[in-house]
Amino acid sequence: MRKQFARTAREILNTNDQTIFLLGDIGVFGFNEAMRDHPHRVINIGILEQSTISLAAGLSIEGMIPIVHTIAPFMVERALEQIKIDFGYQRLRGNLVSVGGSLDYAALGCTHHCPGDVSTLLSVPNVEIVVPGTALEFSQLFMSEYDNASITYYRLSESENSESQRVKLGHANFVRSGNQATVVCVGPTLDMTLKAVENFDVSVVYLTSIRPFDYASVRQTSHNGRVLIVEPFYEGTLTHEVVKAFSGTPSVVSNVGIPRSFRSEYGTREEHYAAINFSADRIILELEKLLAGNQLA
Amino acid sequence: MAEVDRLRREIVIASATAGEGHIPSALSILDILWIEYSVIMASQRMRHEEIDRFVLSKGHGALALYVVLSETGAIDKSELGSFGQFESRLGGHPDRLKIPGVEASTGSLGHGMPIAAGIALAKQIQKSEGRVVTLIGDGEANEGTIWETALIATHQQLNNLVCIVDYNHSTDRALMVGSITGKFAAFGWDVVEIDGHDPFEIEESLSREKTTKPLAVIANTIKGKGVKAMENNPAWHHAAPRIDEVKNLLGDN
Repeated sequence: MRKQFARTAREILNTNDQTIFLLGDIGVFGFNEAMRDHPHRVINIGILEQSTISLAAGLSIEGMIPIVHTIAPFMVERALEQIKIDFGYQRLRGNLVSVGGSLDYAALGCTHHCPGDVSTLLSVPNVEIVVPGTALEFSQLFMSEYDNASITYYRLSESENSESQRVKLGHANFVRSGNQATVVCVGPTLDMTLKAVENFDVSVVYLTSIRPFDYASVRQTSHNGRVLIVEPFYEGTLTHEVVKAFSGTPSVVSNVGIPRSFRSEYGTREEHYAAINFSADRIILELEKLLAGNQLA
Repeated sequence: MAEVDRLRREIVIASATAGEGHIPSALSILDILWIEYSVIMASQRMRHEEIDRFVLSKGHGALALYVVLSETGAIDKSELGSFGQFESRLGGHPDRLKIPGVEASTGSLGHGMPIAAGIALAKQIQKSEGRVVTLIGDGEANEGTIWETALIATHQQLNNLVCIVDYNHSTDRALMVGSITGKFAAFGWDVVEIDGHDPFEIEESLSREKTTKPLAVIANTIKGKGVKAMENNPAWHHAAPRIDEVKNLLGDN
């Protein structure tokens, strides 16, 4: 996805002279060509995330379209007030493109883990949140929305699904039909989810757009109020949105996500996923429990 | 200046009416804002030059901005009486979505200056001639973003950015900033130090020709300037007088 981001960047730099990229001294190599061609609109601004977000807001006030790129915890958690006040409250347009969400930078340790970016940004009104599942999906979403009127957060992941869906901001994809439960999965968890549900009679709704949240599509899938959320960030992040989608209908919600605890190990993302059982097997286990339960009776 | 005396009264009365407001912080910067708007911007307008964009980074000085904008016509005079009320456009901190001429919604210290730098950077990219003037407080200079932006402005050669520092020493009791002049100079800015209540020094500093560097104007000011009971008196920082106190405070008795 990161390579696609650099390709997409070159494309919009060439076609829209109001776009400006602010890199937090990461991913610079991929932008070398763009920096050479557009030295005033591709800037390695330095390692100062709070000022970078405010600076981007100033660019936006002047009609430019800023795209800020850095590592998730430093963009979202360190510069949260700047995102909240300078973009969210002031309703300025712009784009925040992160890498290193959840455990993508596993070996770098807890300072570089960020399973909390999406739940954190959900606390800020007016911020759109996008979690693509493939490079192509990122391209589809970014190209159609980078110049919209809002601040939009794009979470680039190191893992991808094997196939891309046709995706659109604010729209969920209905990828599988079933009767016993609804599985809502996000971005790069689609492959794992589809593998897990092979032997279950359940619907699968795929989300790349966390906000705007497609309440109507999620609600349409529900026949019995049993919902399993598979989320590649802190477990429970989407519970409020899903319960809201089913408001007025009794529902039982289970989650498969990243546990809300600090992780002190290093290694690879896969090793962490194995340790916390973030896997197709876990989805199967949770579905069996969900379907065995008679909570709604 | 007669106008500033009148605006000072309007600040005190608006705050007393609302039972809200940071009067001393507003009085500290009133002379500067008055010169910027009534002399600098007015002469730019007469010469058909691009008008300065002004970002009040220390948003709690909002009352000074409101009374000055009420002179330029951006705000109706009668609106000052609504300051701080539930549906008023005029809150304790300025809101760009409510008041034309307010460039940024500030209040969280350390946001306005980098926003101003962003506007300045956009102007350079868009080959626009105008300047961006921002005003920070010395307390605000405790915030790291001020010095982050000082670095960015030098590196990006934002010679269209002017940062006025309202140096009223209000933060000395907490974290002293020391020589702000020396610090901005060390960060590679042009620096001029002035009496922030002297109209001629203010005008001269804000009329300087651009160089290759951003400009810091270190304005030595008195917090609460012009209302003796409030001058350098921290008790008044965020305290509104009662209506029956106003005459005494303004020396009318």
